Amino acid sequence: MELELSETQSQLRDTCRAFAERELRPNARGWDARHEFPREAVKKLAELGLLGVAIPEKWGGADMDHVAYAVAMEEVSRGCASTGVIMSVNNSLYCDPIQKYGTDGQKERWLRPFATGEKLGCFALTEPEAGSDAAAQKTVAVKKGARYSITGSKNFITNGPNADAVLLFAMTDKAKGHRGISAFVVPTDLPGLTRGKPDDKLGITASQSCSLFFDACEVPEENRIGQEGDGFKVAMSTLDGGRIGIASQALGIARAAYEEAVAYAKDRKSFGVPIAEHQAIQFMLADMATEIDAARLLVWRAASLQDAGVRHSTESAMAKLFASEMASRVANKALQIHGGYGYLKDFDAERHLRDARITEIYEGTSEIQRLVVSASVLKD
Amino acid sequence: MDFSLDETQTAVRDAARRLAREKLVPRAKELDRTGGFPEESLRELGALGLLGVAVPEPLGGAGAGAVAYAAALMEVAEACASTSVAMAVTNMVAEQIVRFGTDAQKERFVRPLVSGAAVAGAFALSEPHCGSDAAALRTTAVRRGDRFVLNGSKQWITSGDRAGVIIVWARTGGEGPRGISAFVVERGTPGLTAGRPEHKMGLRGSSTVPLVFEDCAVSAGQLLGEEGQGFKIAMSALDGGRIGIGAQAVGLIRACLGASRRYARERKAFGEPIAERQAIRWKLADMAVDLAAAELLTFRAARLKEEGRPFTREASMAKLFCSEASNRATSQAVQIHGGYGYVDEFPVERYFRDARVQTLYEGTSEIQRKVIAREILK
Repeated sequence: MELELSETQSQLRDTCRAFAERELRPNARGWDARHEFPREAVKKLAELGLLGVAIPEKWGGADMDHVAYAVAMEEVSRGCASTGVIMSVNNSLYCDPIQKYGTDGQKERWLRPFATGEKLGCFALTEPEAGSDAAAQKTVAVKKGARYSITGSKNFITNGPNADAVLLFAMTDKAKGHRGISAFVVPTDLPGLTRGKPDDKLGITASQSCSLFFDACEVPEENRIGQEGDGFKVAMSTLDGGRIGIASQALGIARAAYEEAVAYAKDRKSFGVPIAEHQAIQFMLADMATEIDAARLLVWRAASLQDAGVRHSTESAMAKLFASEMASRVANKALQIHGGYGYLKDFDAERHLRDARITEIYEGTSEIQRLVVSASVLKD
Repeated sequence: MDFSLDETQTAVRDAARRLAREKLVPRAKELDRTGGFPEESLRELGALGLLGVAVPEPLGGAGAGAVAYAAALMEVAEACASTSVAMAVTNMVAEQIVRFGTDAQKERFVRPLVSGAAVAGAFALSEPHCGSDAAALRTTAVRRGDRFVLNGSKQWITSGDRAGVIIVWARTGGEGPRGISAFVVERGTPGLTAGRPEHKMGLRGSSTVPLVFEDCAVSAGQLLGEEGQGFKIAMSALDGGRIGIGAQAVGLIRACLGASRRYARERKAFGEPIAERQAIRWKLADMAVDLAAAELLTFRAARLKEEGRPFTREASMAKLFCSEASNRATSQAVQIHGGYGYVDEFPVERYFRDARVQTLYEGTSEIQRKVIAREILK
């Protein structure tokens, strides 16, 4: 049993913490208010190697493990949750599956520039009528010679408005249900692909999401990732990793909320003493700290299993479920500790609560995670 | 990073698991019903080194660390919480004597504790008027030549009437924590009497008694550590003890998950097993997640303890989270079993009663939150 970060992992944590403190935290409130994509910050993430953390150096990545990735995600998200999700989508949902399932030729073209951060990727599985039930895909890819003609629409695509390429899932054989789904990498400037206007969201407003519309969009066969029918497998294994990313994001949001609540509680006075001296406040802080630690252990356990190459669907689902619901509870308590000020945009507490809320929904709702976990409980 | 148990830890856990499943599970219901004492089980645990998991081998222990101890306790608690509490206190008492005792004390007290010859160990800190606020204790120990004479009474002493070796805290100096010393007292010492065992809601197979000291004289050689060091010894024991309660709570959550899973698959309602219902599956999922978090928090604290690093905050977090989670789990397990959960045909009503004390003893949840808050606001 070894539950400490390695030297490399702690160095990365320190680097990310300093970066978040310097570049993200001071700007996050403004980006949120203006719904502004943090373009400069994303460039700096690239310079730090944070857009391809677990991708081998050979393909432009930082060549670290998934525990390191989780640690980096937590620190970046502590500074700015929107920046966190931009990073998470490029790492977990775009680069990781291409690294795992792509050919060398595909990696050269569709991985390297994205792992270095020169370009940005996104992931398109969800459709207007198929969210949690991903097998109910309606987007079709019809083979025509050496090309596929893709028609359909995808929505809630994070990084959609900013991405240079999308890892897209579409039905190549409807009769086969989820076994008829295939994955493609599609450059976003291809004719027949148009993007909707960015969604107006409750939180993570500095990250942008939109719908993607495919109208007989022709994609060369060499852009297919894996074999025909592999798509569902690619998507599910990608989400196992993605859930670690989102769990880490939730952890970062909770940390920000908690740390600000501690600072506020030491500073703010009521009945002649700092409110940190009232048990009502102390006990909230104690519960917040305990839950944050529990969530981190769950996240690191899932990430270390991923690094060991062990199946970790259940552990990822547990980490994501616990961390996301924890983040909402913690952010809500942090807002409560701030009193009326917590409800104002002059503090970050209300943003943390809005940002935390999405972590219970995307990359598998809490309900989907409970399905995954209960299936595993009932299996053995 | 590696979350798995090493070879020794696995061997200790497996030994505990075998004994728990073969011997303790079949005895648990009867033990609870009759309110007996698990003397035979304790002897069997002793024979496997499980009464001194972290005690060095030369003294008869398993020579494994705090992680192995937690892993073993989880197994025993999953089978029988009553037995696990006697096992936990015995381990704790043996460890404190190993840590603070002289060589002579180790020879005299640790060996019989670990072998099971002393039946069990007991930890006499709480008094009728002070539980959480241990520094306010009133039992006195007055030096008379080469002896100390103890007077006062202790409350809620687990195994107090059965234990061969008892650590007793008493005031040798002025008020407050610095006036407190610890003594190792043997069963049968004149002046020491045990009161009537408490009738408890749960843990009915473990004995909880008041102890009365009336001019109970012990030799100066039974002073544990230095005079005035008692409070420090108690607090360090409690930090470790909290890991024990965390592990015990983990055992109960596992038991609940196992029982609930079995029942949900077998029991049918509206034409199919209730395990097909999301209302039931969600409870199982939440229990499983709580269990994973509880195990990880407990092992983390144990790991820090084993490395000799500070673990006060982590032990309190483990104790707080695990005990609250075991209460959620036992309540949900009763709910999943419906009316059957309320009768003794199934073990979950016992789990429910056994779990309830976990947010109380070795520091209530409120005390844990105070400790955590103090640590984080430093």
